[in-house]
Amino acid sequence: MSSIKIELRQEDLDKIHEICDSFDNEPLELINVLHRTQEHFGYLPAEVQEAIAAKLNISTAQVYGVVTFYSFFTMTPKGKHPISICMGTACYVRGAEKVLDEFKKELAIQVGQTTADGKFSLSSLRCVGACGLAPVVLVGEKTYGRVAPDDVKAILKEYE
Amino acid sequence: MHLLVCGGTGCRASESSLIGESLKRELEEKGLGNEVQVIMTGCFGFCEKGPVVKVMPDNTFYVQVKPEDAAVIVAEHVIKGRPVQRLLYVDPKTKEHISDSKHMGFYRKQIRIALRNCGFINPENIDEYIARDGYAALGKCISELTSADVIDIMKRSGLRGRGGAGFPAGLKWEIASKNKADQKYVVCNADEGDPGAFMDRSVLEGDPHSVLEAMAICGYAIGASKGLIYIRAEYPLAIQRLKIAIGQAREYGLLGNNIFGSDFSFDIDLRYGAGAFVCGEETALIHSMEGMRGEPTNKPPFPAESGFLGKPTNVNNVETFASVPVIITKGWEWFSSIGTEKSKGTKVFALAGKINNVGLIEVPMGTTLREIIFEIGGGIKNGKKFKAVQTGGPSGGCLTEEHLDTPIDFDNLVAVGSMMGSGGMIVMDEDDCMVSIAKFFLEFTVEESCGKCAPCRIGNKRLHELLTHITKGNGTLADLDRLKNMCNVIKDTSLCGLGQTSPNPVLSTMNNFWDEYVSHVTDKRCPAGSCRDLMRYTIEVDKCVGCTACARGCPVNAITGERKGPHFIDQEKCIKCGACFEKCKFGAVLIN
Repeated sequence: MSSIKIELRQEDLDKIHEICDSFDNEPLELINVLHRTQEHFGYLPAEVQEAIAAKLNISTAQVYGVVTFYSFFTMTPKGKHPISICMGTACYVRGAEKVLDEFKKELAIQVGQTTADGKFSLSSLRCVGACGLAPVVLVGEKTYGRVAPDDVKAILKEYE
Repeated sequence: MHLLVCGGTGCRASESSLIGESLKRELEEKGLGNEVQVIMTGCFGFCEKGPVVKVMPDNTFYVQVKPEDAAVIVAEHVIKGRPVQRLLYVDPKTKEHISDSKHMGFYRKQIRIALRNCGFINPENIDEYIARDGYAALGKCISELTSADVIDIMKRSGLRGRGGAGFPAGLKWEIASKNKADQKYVVCNADEGDPGAFMDRSVLEGDPHSVLEAMAICGYAIGASKGLIYIRAEYPLAIQRLKIAIGQAREYGLLGNNIFGSDFSFDIDLRYGAGAFVCGEETALIHSMEGMRGEPTNKPPFPAESGFLGKPTNVNNVETFASVPVIITKGWEWFSSIGTEKSKGTKVFALAGKINNVGLIEVPMGTTLREIIFEIGGGIKNGKKFKAVQTGGPSGGCLTEEHLDTPIDFDNLVAVGSMMGSGGMIVMDEDDCMVSIAKFFLEFTVEESCGKCAPCRIGNKRLHELLTHITKGNGTLADLDRLKNMCNVIKDTSLCGLGQTSPNPVLSTMNNFWDEYVSHVTDKRCPAGSCRDLMRYTIEVDKCVGCTACARGCPVNAITGERKGPHFIDQEKCIKCGACFEKCKFGAVLIN
C-alpha cells in the first residue's frame, strides 16, 4: 500500500467506527463509507482502510480494491490548495495540455503529487461541465475560465 | 415580473450567484423586493454567452452579465421598462441587437423536450414544476392507465435510450415488467462520464423533478417500489438539488406510500459513484451500487432478469427519463412525429470545442451536422476552417466535411463509423492533429479500463503506446497496419461496451484522415502543426535582426550567431520547446 505510515489516534478510530455504524456496518455501503471517511480525513491512508475493513468485517484487500478502482478516492493527502485541470475533450482541444504543462513546470510536481510544503497538489479531471469557459482550472472551489499558459503564474500568486 | 438567473455550472463558474445576490440587493433598495422575484434556474444552454439573465414575462435575454450590471438592469429595465441595449445579444452577421431568444440563431432550430424546464423554473421549488404540468403524467398513469398501457405508450413513442447504445426504452421496461420477483428496482444512471458531455448534469440541476416523476412512472409500469439514482460524487450541486427535490416530493405525497391515494408505493434513494467511466455500463454500475469495484459482467443475465442484489432491475439514463413525463401527457403520437424513422424525438448535445457558440442544445433527430455546427453553433472560432467533429466521446469517432449533411440519428452515426454516445459533440479546426486526438481518447480509455479483460486492459495500452510512438516521429507504415489489426481484435474480443468501442476514435480517424497518419510516419511531419516532437524550428535570415533574444532564451544553447547578425538553430540540439518562437519579436522564428 502507501509508503507513508501514520498512527491512528483513538479519536480517529472512533470517527471511523461512527461512520461505519451510521451505515449499519453494511458492506454494501462501502463506497458511501469511503466517501464520508475521505470527507473527514481528506484522504484514505492504508491504516484507515484497515480500520474500515475490520469494522465492516470484510478483507482489507476488498477495501483497497475499491479505493484504488475509483479515481475520486485518494491515498495521498491533497495540498492546501488542490489544483485540478480539466482534461475533458473540449478543454483539451482548447489547449488544456499546455496549461497543465505550465503548472507542472511552475510547481515542479507531476499530476497526483503534492508540493513539498503541502501547499499545492495537482490533478487532472474529466469535464466540469463549463465547456463554454474552456480551458478550465479549479483551485479549491474557485473556477478559472479561458486559462492560457501565461496566466498560470498569476493564478499561483493569488495563493501565496 | 421575474428575473431568471442561470445557475448552471458554467454560469456559476462565472459568478452568476453574485449576480443573483446583487439583483436582490438592488431590488430591496428600490423597495421592489416583494414584487420582483429573482430566481436561480438551471442551465439556459447558451454557455458561450454566460452568465445569462432572463427577464420575464417580456422574455428579454441578457448575455455576459456581470454582478455590477445588476444596478442598471433594475433601474432601467425593471423600473423604467427599457431593455438595457448593451447587455443584449448581438447577431454576429446582421449586428442587430436581439432581445428574444427565440430569434437567435442558437435557439431557432431547437426543440426542447428533455430540457423543457431548464432555465424556466426554480429547480428547488416543486410548485414551479407542478405549475408546468409536473407530476400530471404520474397522476394520469396511476388513475387512468394500467401498467401495460404505460409500456404500450412507451413502445409506440419509439423512445430509445439516450445513454449511448440507443436500446428501445419501452422494450426494456416490458422485459423488466414480465420478470416476476418480490422486489424490483428502477435505476437512473446519472454517472455521466463522457469527457465533454454535461447534459445529464444540466437536467438534474435544472429540472430534477422530471427525473423523479419518470422513475415513479417506470416503477408503476414494471412493478417496482424502489428507485435508485446512481450519481457522480463530482456533481455536488446536482446531488443537493436531487436531495431537495426528493424531500419535497415525499412531503407532497408524490413519493412514498400510496401515491395519489392508490396502492402504488414508490421511493427513491441516491447512490454515489466515485469516478469510473466504466460504471456507465449497466452491469458495472450495479456492482458499484453494491459497494464493489465497478467491473462489468457478461450479459445475459441482463439486469432486467438479475440486477441489483439479484433482483430484476431497469436502468435508464437521465435524459431518457427526462423525456418520459411529456410523452405520457402529450401522447406517443406527438413524440413519434418528431425525428427520423428509427430515432424518434430529440437529442441533447453538448456542443463544444473550436466553435463560436458553445452550449447545450436540443434538436430533433435528423438534424444535420451542418445545421448544428454552422447555424446553431455559429461556425468555427476565429474564422478557421472546419476539420472534424467528434461525437460519442471515447466510444465514438471523428466525422468530416463529407458527413456534414448526414441527418443525425442513432443508426446514421453508426453507419459512418461513429456513434451517438451520450451526446458530446466536439468541433475541431485545422490546428487539431487527428493522431493526437486519437491518442487523447486512448489515454482516457487506458486510464478508465477496469482491467478485467485482457483485450481492453492490455490492448488499449499497446494502442496508446503505438500512437505515442507515431506522434513522436518514430512510427513506420507497418505500425499503421499493426494499429488497425489491434483495433479490430480489441473490438471483437472485449467483454463490455467500453472495450468494444474504445478503438473507434483510432479507426475513424484512420478512415477519414489516413493521409495525416501517413505523413506522421513517412515524412515525420504533423500537418496540423500540433505534435511537438515533429516540429522544426528555423530562423528566417532576412527577418532576423540579431537581437540575441532567442539565443538567450534557449535552454539548451542550440542557437548560435553574432550580435546584429543572423542566428541559426542547431537541429541536433533543439528540444523543440518553442522558447525562441515566443521570445522573437520580429517573427523570424518559423515553425514547420
